[in-house]
Amino acid sequence: MMTRQDEFAAALLDPDRAYPPGLLGKGGPPAARRFDVYRNNVVASLIEALETGFPVVRALVGAPFFKAMAGEFVRRHPPLTPLLMLYGAELPGFLKGFPPVDGLPYLPDIARLELALRESYHAADAAPIAPEALAALPPEALARARLRLAPAVRLIRSDWPVHGIWMAHNGGPNPQPEPEEVLVARPGFDPVLRRLPAGSHAVLLALSSGGRLGDVLAGAPPNFHESNISILLQILLETRAICGISTEELS
Amino acid sequence: MLDTTRFALPPRPGVGFKTQHFAAIMADPGPVAWLEIHAENYMGAGGRPLAQVCALAERFPISVHGVGLSIGGEGPLDADHLARLKHLLGWLDPASFSEHLAWSTHEGAYLNDLLPLPYTARTLSRVAAHIDQVQDTLGRRMLLENPATYLDFAETEMPETEFLAELVRLTGCLLLLDVNNVHVACTNRGADAAAYLDAFPMAAVAEIHLAGHDTQADDHGTPLLIDSHGAEVADPVWALFRHALSLAGPVPTLIEWDTDVPDWPLLAAEAARAGAVMTGAAA
Repeated sequence: MMTRQDEFAAALLDPDRAYPPGLLGKGGPPAARRFDVYRNNVVASLIEALETGFPVVRALVGAPFFKAMAGEFVRRHPPLTPLLMLYGAELPGFLKGFPPVDGLPYLPDIARLELALRESYHAADAAPIAPEALAALPPEALARARLRLAPAVRLIRSDWPVHGIWMAHNGGPNPQPEPEEVLVARPGFDPVLRRLPAGSHAVLLALSSGGRLGDVLAGAPPNFHESNISILLQILLETRAICGISTEELS
Repeated sequence: MLDTTRFALPPRPGVGFKTQHFAAIMADPGPVAWLEIHAENYMGAGGRPLAQVCALAERFPISVHGVGLSIGGEGPLDADHLARLKHLLGWLDPASFSEHLAWSTHEGAYLNDLLPLPYTARTLSRVAAHIDQVQDTLGRRMLLENPATYLDFAETEMPETEFLAELVRLTGCLLLLDVNNVHVACTNRGADAAAYLDAFPMAAVAEIHLAGHDTQADDHGTPLLIDSHGAEVADPVWALFRHALSLAGPVPTLIEWDTDVPDWPLLAAEAARAGAVMTGAAA
């Protein structure tokens, strides 16, 4: 048997479902308009959370389309915690299986990027290393160094120019159609995006799982040119993405 | 015996903190003596939200106001969420913690609204058990807020004021009297708001909320007030506020403005108006 809250919750998320019985307004039943206030509050407030969280996805599909699509998403994937700051983690997967956006194959990766920006905004604080700490290392010490990436760092690799598309929606030029690797970091309180040299994604994943710089570079993918390491390190230092460096031998 | 916990927040005006007002508040808070934050917005690991609240907490008493605990839920409380609250209250050590007589989570889905519950002997014992669990876990007394409601339940057995008084008696919790919610709910159910206040357990009131509302119409074409927190406090609510103060004495009072948030001077002016009413009531 359904409880009072089973009935109430089911009808909140399903506009085709009958109103729960036993609801009273000022003049007695019916109380449909009154129940609709709750129905609207729930769905509209969650749609608004998605509109705030995915502004570029919204711009790419248009505001009216986004609202309708978000309504469908909300009913299929209501939040699993009251922390709406991170609501929408299932949106990239939802977009992949949503036929009306098949013509925008890069959309799921834009959603991933916008999620990464929000995660970065709320991530733990960490003091960055001073750029001199890296510059001061002799080559052999650099080769055995382990770098610790800041908690606010996120890495995205996409078959699409996600950084270029995001930049174009924030005043930049139109992107070239090519795969991209992107760093999200937080030099202050506001996350930033940087496009990385090809192959950097694999290099940074290997570094963040504790690999030594020399070993990681030796095992880097073929598209990662040797000269790119200085560009990559420069980007990491500029965006304060490194919060620890160790050249110690593990005992 | 004087209950000092009741006055952990000063009996002066406060406002709900919005991040865009941070610089203005730090430069000149005007009449604002304390700030309230929504607990769930400060459960991230770091960044600007926590940095701002740390800076505010050095200068102002802080009230933490939860919206996601679902104390009125039929199921057990979300242990993970209770643990997040314990963590937040642990490091921030705010002057006050409050939540709502409502439910918002069902079968693991968070519905992001403060949903109503019938007032029966069964719901009373369930809500009391949840409040006991919250107070035991957090190691502090909590304030419970009366809800803005749009409908009633056929199975309700007792008035809301009696339900709240029983919760105070059973759990020792304090109350947050939202005067706008009183106006909204009493108008919506065709009840006398002043009589509601007369029946409210005022001795347990440790904080008052004031906010704006919208007006729609129900199935019978009668006005249906919506608790929108998106406008100035309405005149009937100011009148009820005076009545509440005459019954409760000086109580810390908050202006809540959560949608269409105004620039700081307008919010500060609302707080100043609340302060003037409080001063007048005390004179």
